[in-house]
Amino acid sequence: MPSIAKPIAVHPSLHRNALGLTLRDYEGAMSTLCAGCGHDSITAAIIKALWELSIQPHMIAKMSGIGCSSKTPTYFVNGAHGFNSAHGRMAAIATGANAANRELTYIGISGDGDSLSIGLGHMCHAIRRNVKMLYVIENNGVYGLTKGQFSASADVGSRSKRGEPNRMAPIDPVMLALSIGATFVARSFSGDKEQLVPILKAAIAHRGFALVDVISPCVTFNDHNGSTKSYLYTRKHMQKATEADFVPPASEILATIGDVGTTTVTMHDGSVVRFTSVPKNYDPTDRRGVYDYLQEHANTGSVATGLLYLDESVADLHEMNQTPSTALARMPYDKLVPGTAALDELMEDFR
Amino acid sequence: MKATNTGDPAYYHKVVDCQWACPAHTNVPEYIRLIAQGRYTDAYMLNRESNVFPGILGRTCDRPCEPACRRERVDGKPVAICRLKRVAADLKDDITHLLPKAPEQKNGKRVACIGAGPASLAVANDLMPLGYSVTIYEKYDKPGGLMRSNIPSFRLPESVLAEETGAILNMGVDIRYNSPVESMNGLLAEGYDAVFVGSGAPRGKDLDIPGRHDTDRIHIGIDWLESITFGHIDKIGEKVLIIGVGNTAMDCCRSSRRLGGKDIKVMARRPRGYFKASPWELEDAEEEGIDIIINHAPTRFVIENGALRGMEFERLEWDAEAKKSKVIDKVILPCDDVILAIGQENAFPWIERELGMEFDKWGMPVVNETTFQSSIPGVFFGGDAAFGPKNIIWAVAHGHAAAISIHNHCQGVPVTERPPDGMNLVTQKMGMSEWSYHNDYNPSPRQKMKHVDLKKRFEQLNIEVEMGFNAEQTAREVQRCLNCDVETEFTPKLCIECDACIDICPMLCLTIARDGEESEIRQRLSAPAVNPDQALYASEPLPQTGRLMLKDEDLCVHCGLCAERCPTSAWDMQKFELLISYAGREACTSSYVPA
Repeated sequence: MPSIAKPIAVHPSLHRNALGLTLRDYEGAMSTLCAGCGHDSITAAIIKALWELSIQPHMIAKMSGIGCSSKTPTYFVNGAHGFNSAHGRMAAIATGANAANRELTYIGISGDGDSLSIGLGHMCHAIRRNVKMLYVIENNGVYGLTKGQFSASADVGSRSKRGEPNRMAPIDPVMLALSIGATFVARSFSGDKEQLVPILKAAIAHRGFALVDVISPCVTFNDHNGSTKSYLYTRKHMQKATEADFVPPASEILATIGDVGTTTVTMHDGSVVRFTSVPKNYDPTDRRGVYDYLQEHANTGSVATGLLYLDESVADLHEMNQTPSTALARMPYDKLVPGTAALDELMEDFR
Repeated sequence: MKATNTGDPAYYHKVVDCQWACPAHTNVPEYIRLIAQGRYTDAYMLNRESNVFPGILGRTCDRPCEPACRRERVDGKPVAICRLKRVAADLKDDITHLLPKAPEQKNGKRVACIGAGPASLAVANDLMPLGYSVTIYEKYDKPGGLMRSNIPSFRLPESVLAEETGAILNMGVDIRYNSPVESMNGLLAEGYDAVFVGSGAPRGKDLDIPGRHDTDRIHIGIDWLESITFGHIDKIGEKVLIIGVGNTAMDCCRSSRRLGGKDIKVMARRPRGYFKASPWELEDAEEEGIDIIINHAPTRFVIENGALRGMEFERLEWDAEAKKSKVIDKVILPCDDVILAIGQENAFPWIERELGMEFDKWGMPVVNETTFQSSIPGVFFGGDAAFGPKNIIWAVAHGHAAAISIHNHCQGVPVTERPPDGMNLVTQKMGMSEWSYHNDYNPSPRQKMKHVDLKKRFEQLNIEVEMGFNAEQTAREVQRCLNCDVETEFTPKLCIECDACIDICPMLCLTIARDGEESEIRQRLSAPAVNPDQALYASEPLPQTGRLMLKDEDLCVHCGLCAERCPTSAWDMQKFELLISYAGREACTSSYVPA
């Protein structure tokens, strides 16, 4: 842990967003993670994305479970709400929170242990329900807090720090999510903020559940030769499928787009995501094509990154269930608790 | 862009803005840390190494270090470096045993210095310990030169002056008081191995406008101050006009206030912001009820019946940059005395032109800016005598440089062979997230100097106005120093480009980016590097991606968080010490910092 808090001195050229806040206003407590942890870079990317989107800190809810990753909500947006839940239960708690208050921006932070082992079922059902939230998996292939055992996302043949290879097949959260109807699927790398920040912004603007799997090297237990989730391995094997550009609502699209495979998707809130496909003919709206592309790349050992799949047409949890349009917290008491007469009337329906 | 060579002492030296700006390159951050530890004697001695007169300069320095201080760019006010210097001088123990001493065995070389001011004293300070016999010729009966004659005693007590000049003279300098040098020819005939001219700029500029010579109530500033010092003047009229608005004018107006002046006006030709006086000297004068009148150009003295009645000025209106002016009208301001403080000049009537010394068209000797040698080998100049009026700290710097030349000259080495500066770079790492310097940023505001009560201070001419920092003020002010000498040293081959340093840096100094032209790179950093005076560090290409680690030195607060968050120790905090060469101490391999 650092010896001091981050000095309060600020750079004079620090810009302010639409709310008049600087990047520093979106910071949290000092990180207690190991120096060089990928998670801290993801934290920095989230801070940047939230600042650029000018989201009011008190309208953010930070959700997490247990693990190195799940500690990180403490390290961004001090002024936000937060819930640090039981191990693997973040998706379930976030679903409940979202059901009760649909007006907050939900930022779920999880890890490969929290999401792909103990919490796998909860995550899958949050995906199926299309709960509107950003769901980040800080994926490092090891259990860092318990000294570096393989996690469920470790590749076959990837070696532990002591040199033993992993023999069990990995769960790939991206492939899994695609197979169960996810509407926003992305993969990125903690060491590439140029790619990660626009993806996070698009994910927050997305109509439903946005899964962002971020390769986030564990410097202490999984950054050695033989690891397939080290900084060096990821850099060597990263294959960009798309370059996504997030254009907030009501801003003019000025940049010209190259002629190679370009797709534009208008988001629910009016913002626009523009894809510049790196390989020709990559279509981020074609679920089957994306699945095939990923399968192909998984076989060659390369790591496909980018905003891989996006479907803005599917209703989210609230739309599917036709819930009221305001948060329960803001509903007048007599409407929220209509009384015995209303309950009796409802019960009559079931006779 | 080209990778930065941090092995060149000049690179990190420049990062230490105060030390870089100081003509004598005083190791400011180190002595501030010593003060923080209560090691006042060590702080004083470290100061003395480079600037020779810490007690005097702690009260009177022109402080080129403070406008340069990084803290000013960070929170608007520089560290009160000068005041802290005085703290060390005021609170030190007996230092007699630590002062340099002259060896019993002399080296047989004789050096003559003209004038016992800061430049000559610095030369003696450097040469006496090497065995030289130094003779100083002084026209008055006391040492100090301009430090004594022109700086009023309410700013610089006589005891401080006596102590610090004494530390040098007591090494056995042959000081000859009341001995103005009348002829360079005569001096050279005495067979000295080298002559150093440190006679200052002793002539105050005159203002030859109508009425100038019709009264005895018009005084030349520096001569008038000198007369106060030596007790020849002890009163002045009630209405006083000071012409000019430099630091001498400030000393004149404040002295007038103490000698009976009640309505004192400092008359400036140009608007505020274009004054030569240091801002703090202006503040101190205004605190004492002095009026600063802008945009007035003197035209004539008003003399009636042989007595000075007033002075006529043109009122001016300036353009935006105060370059061009036009006259609005004329006014007459009544006065009893006028003091002219419009600059000083050198005068060398005693150097016989037939000696063949080269003079420029303004009558100044041609002096080499590095060696300080005139066109006559063995005759050196320094201080105000060399390049016109500057200040004490420049005179000291000249003295050190001239001493190297004199030493070379006497030992048969070309004066152009200057010993190089060296450097030490030592890691400050004590353990995980532990440093041997105080790395936390202290948001305290700059501490204000307390002054003697406005009534009490005028009771006597020599009551020192500034009271010095008290213990609490000192404790706060030392923590404002950003330790710019504890450098962020980077080892590219260890970097894994995890971004931890970039994410943690509070001042957005760091960027990993692809190579390019420096001017273009400066625009695409974490925060644009808009201060072209500050270096942009660039590493060798990084091992994983070939991009560069870039650091804008401008606003780094040296908190060390980059190094703390670096998993591979590619960043380290290393203390830089500039090892300055002095005469006879070329092998600068050991530290000047007391252990």
